[in-house]
Amino acid sequence: MPIDIFLNVAVGGILAGLVYGLMALGLSVIFGVVRIVNFAHGEMMAMAMYLSLLAFGLFGIDPLLMILPCAIILFAFGYVLQRTLINRFITRPEHSQFLLMVAIAIIITNVQLIVFGPDARSVQTPYSFDSYQFGRLIVDADKLYGAIAALIVAAALFAFFRFTKIGTAIRACADNYTGAQVVGLNVKRLYALTFGLGCACVGASGAILMISTDVTPQFGPVATLQAFVIVITGGMGSMVGALLGGVLIGLTAAMAGLLFTPSIKAMFVYGILVLVLLFRPQGIIGKKTL
Amino acid sequence: MHRQNNTRVTRRTVAAGLGAGLIAGVAPFNIVRAQGAALKVGVLLPRSGFQAGIGQDCQRGVDIAPDLLKELGLPQLQIMNADTETNVDVARARAEKLIADGAQLLVGAFDSGQSTAIAQVAEQKGIPYVINIAAAPQITEQGYKFVFRNFHTAPMILGGAFANQKEIFAATGAAPKSAVFLHVNDTFGTAMQKGIGVVMPKFDLPYKIEQTISYDPAARDLSVEVAKAKATGAEILMVVSRLNDAILLTREMVKQRWSPNAIFSMGPGWYEDQYLKTLGKLGDGPISFVPWYDPNKPLSKKLEAALERKYPGVNLNTNHVYTFEALLIAADAYKRADSADPKALADAIRATNIKNNVSTGPGIQFNAKGQNDQLKISAIQNRGGKLPTVAPKDAANAKVEWPMTPYDKRA
Amino acid sequence: MIGWLISGLPRRALILGAILLVVAVIAPALVGDYLLTVLILILYFAYTGQAWNIMMGFAGQLSLGHALFVGLGAYTTATLFVYYGIPPWLGLFAAVAVSMACGALMGFLAFRFRVAGVYFTILTIAFAEFARTGFDNWGYVNGSAGLFLPVAQYTQNDLWRLRGQPAMFYYVLLAATIVVFIGSRIILKSRLGYYCLAIREDEQAARASGVNTFRYKMYAVMISAGMTSFAGMFYAFYYNNLFPEQIFNISRSIEIILAPLVGGVGTLGGPILGAFVLEGLAEGLNVLLNAVGIDIPGIKQVFFGFVLLLVVILLPEGIWPWVARRLGLTERR
Repeated sequence: MPIDIFLNVAVGGILAGLVYGLMALGLSVIFGVVRIVNFAHGEMMAMAMYLSLLAFGLFGIDPLLMILPCAIILFAFGYVLQRTLINRFITRPEHSQFLLMVAIAIIITNVQLIVFGPDARSVQTPYSFDSYQFGRLIVDADKLYGAIAALIVAAALFAFFRFTKIGTAIRACADNYTGAQVVGLNVKRLYALTFGLGCACVGASGAILMISTDVTPQFGPVATLQAFVIVITGGMGSMVGALLGGVLIGLTAAMAGLLFTPSIKAMFVYGILVLVLLFRPQGIIGKKTL
Repeated sequence: MHRQNNTRVTRRTVAAGLGAGLIAGVAPFNIVRAQGAALKVGVLLPRSGFQAGIGQDCQRGVDIAPDLLKELGLPQLQIMNADTETNVDVARARAEKLIADGAQLLVGAFDSGQSTAIAQVAEQKGIPYVINIAAAPQITEQGYKFVFRNFHTAPMILGGAFANQKEIFAATGAAPKSAVFLHVNDTFGTAMQKGIGVVMPKFDLPYKIEQTISYDPAARDLSVEVAKAKATGAEILMVVSRLNDAILLTREMVKQRWSPNAIFSMGPGWYEDQYLKTLGKLGDGPISFVPWYDPNKPLSKKLEAALERKYPGVNLNTNHVYTFEALLIAADAYKRADSADPKALADAIRATNIKNNVSTGPGIQFNAKGQNDQLKISAIQNRGGKLPTVAPKDAANAKVEWPMTPYDKRA
Repeated sequence: MIGWLISGLPRRALILGAILLVVAVIAPALVGDYLLTVLILILYFAYTGQAWNIMMGFAGQLSLGHALFVGLGAYTTATLFVYYGIPPWLGLFAAVAVSMACGALMGFLAFRFRVAGVYFTILTIAFAEFARTGFDNWGYVNGSAGLFLPVAQYTQNDLWRLRGQPAMFYYVLLAATIVVFIGSRIILKSRLGYYCLAIREDEQAARASGVNTFRYKMYAVMISAGMTSFAGMFYAFYYNNLFPEQIFNISRSIEIILAPLVGGVGTLGGPILGAFVLEGLAEGLNVLLNAVGIDIPGIKQVFFGFVLLLVVILLPEGIWPWVARRLGLTERR
């Protein structure tokens, strides 16, 4: 196969991986701080996608412009959810948390089914069919824009955690729960904030993904699984790790599909997951926590 | 031996079950009804779950049936709807419930796995079951006496497709040398891929399949798949996909600047309303080899009109046609059997011979296995938001366009 | 032996248990076929729930990939039957062996490499998904086109080849469920059970006390896996068709754990109560919605989700412990 095919596929895999990495980022932030595994992650992503679909259908707003609105709406949703429901489950055993998130996921998925119907819906922007050609390299316009948007959002989040007071407070909570309380931080509020931020990430990535993918009510579980694979490979609790994991998984899946047959892409991805879980469970960037 | 589980809830549930069961068990089917009573038909479709879109589309065929059947002078049907939820367990339970509630005939269920489960129940209970859509050949190979299928098996679809292709090549004088076969890795896609190896050699086609590329049904990004297909340089893209994939694949082909001479689709998607609406001009060209309706048959025109009245803007398609025909078979058999006795109904169905029907082919009859093996495949081509039939000749109402206009040449 | 098994149980529990057993045995003669199908589903989920419970409730390992063992059991017995004519009960030996080996592999990898908590759960998901994609692309079992078992007539009941009336399947499943309950009771009261309990409560303390945590966790995983594969055999011969996409799917794994989660993890009564409640709720909702005339696809699942939500919020330990306390059925300690 000529080299430009490899190049095109590789670049495509990396760009797509960045967007999925942003989605996984939300999961990572939530788990890193609040220590809850959000099994309804993919469903929330689907929510954001449907929101941008609605905006596009009703007002003609490009999904990329919906990044901020989706992020805000999902932030509010996550904040309220955490404050009212999830908070009491932090100390409960895992399987209780899991059941909670599964129940929420079932409700979201089926409400989406009722409201939007079962068909796959997609958005068609003026640049949906565009691609840029650099010599023999062909890059999809929507993938490129998506990747750039994802990087911007991720950078914003990173800056927030690094440079703002609240961000530092949240990181303190994650590092040392008791210590944070001793210093007088309102841990409950910070948890809710973090959950909200994680959901905001998902919201942003949902809007971004809408320009290149379609959405069905059943999209949730697939996306959740994918987010998990990326987060574990990159490292739970690490933001750079999530993006890196996304790129790695995106690239590997694409190359595996190219070299072998695309239908076993998933096998490769899960194979990598098993290897990471065994030999480097903290992921590429993660810190070794017990 | 004892068991340690016991609760008030359990006993109540069992007691309630006993009560209902007693009633159901004591009242047998009303074997012979006076003429004029509507036949109770249980319709099983996936109206939620993964296949919800298709199930709800099939439902449209059910909704427009009653008036049309009345016009044809056929007896009335009392439709009992049930949702299989795209789940084998539920399909089986629903079938049992429908029969317990008095259904005298079952219709459904689009999916091969669910249809197999329902077939077992129907055969066990001796209730006739007319399958509207399901392509796994095994269902009619089990020696069932009460199961009938008015739909193609995967090998039949392939054979029909190849026959149509030969006709198209002869009509246009084209002789393409290479094809690449892209298929979704699900029940239907794999069945077709297996079938190609068996059926294709029987037809003397000018092209060879250079490569077979299968992709995961859950995949939302098909750029790798299209890149591989493009790399083969094949003249024909043969594809078995679903609706969402069809749209994604077309977008990828445009972005990656690849326009094969023809797209041959042997499955759903490339002709569906949403495909045409979403892609507009970029949706023209693909030829789909599908179980379809014969546009020249009078009943087809009536069905089309009925659909337009009730669901304006929805093109008549496979789901509507075959679901309608299943009900047509039920009503026709009921008229001839003149009784709702399941055995009489089954015998009547076996003797079905409907020439005034909708689907392409000589009509509706069943062989000894309960399969309608006379069905023909139509070749339809997307043209300006419509779907003219280009093959077989007697069902055609347009000439085929070859080769497909390249994507970058469309305004 | 029986004395040892039932020691500590209040008389009420034994009497109730006996009544239930009698009702269960005569049920097929009384209920219609539709309800029989529902009862079979209930028993199926009670059985798999209890088998899963052994791993979770007893050893504290949350597995979200149990569909893997169901699928392995189903495919092993089905292929042996379809290609070699080996009857399912003999094939079951092979199925259990395959499942136990797989469980052992999973357990070994996990426990040796200290994969715990949520990471273990994800490992189980990865195994199941790997199997799903693998089987989907494996020509020998017909891949995603599905493996169909030849179906025979229903007039005679062939227990050896598992072909026959639903009532036959009901009794097979009932017997199996009873066996798994007694088995669980035996395990609970045996040394294995107490070790597992210690591991579940505080693994480090257990290890410090000299319990070989690795070995006992492995036992729990392997027993659970082996027992679950029987459910796979049942599934294959009851439905007569297998599709990797459906049988290894994560939604199946979630279905399996819903009953014990709702009923009460780690308890004996939990899975079966959970199965009754969930199935009863599902069918009940159907009847209710039909009666009221609401015909919106998906609305049943929304109600279902809300009920789950309520259960997990109000009854965190599950329904069974609450009911048992109310009825005075808990064990005297």
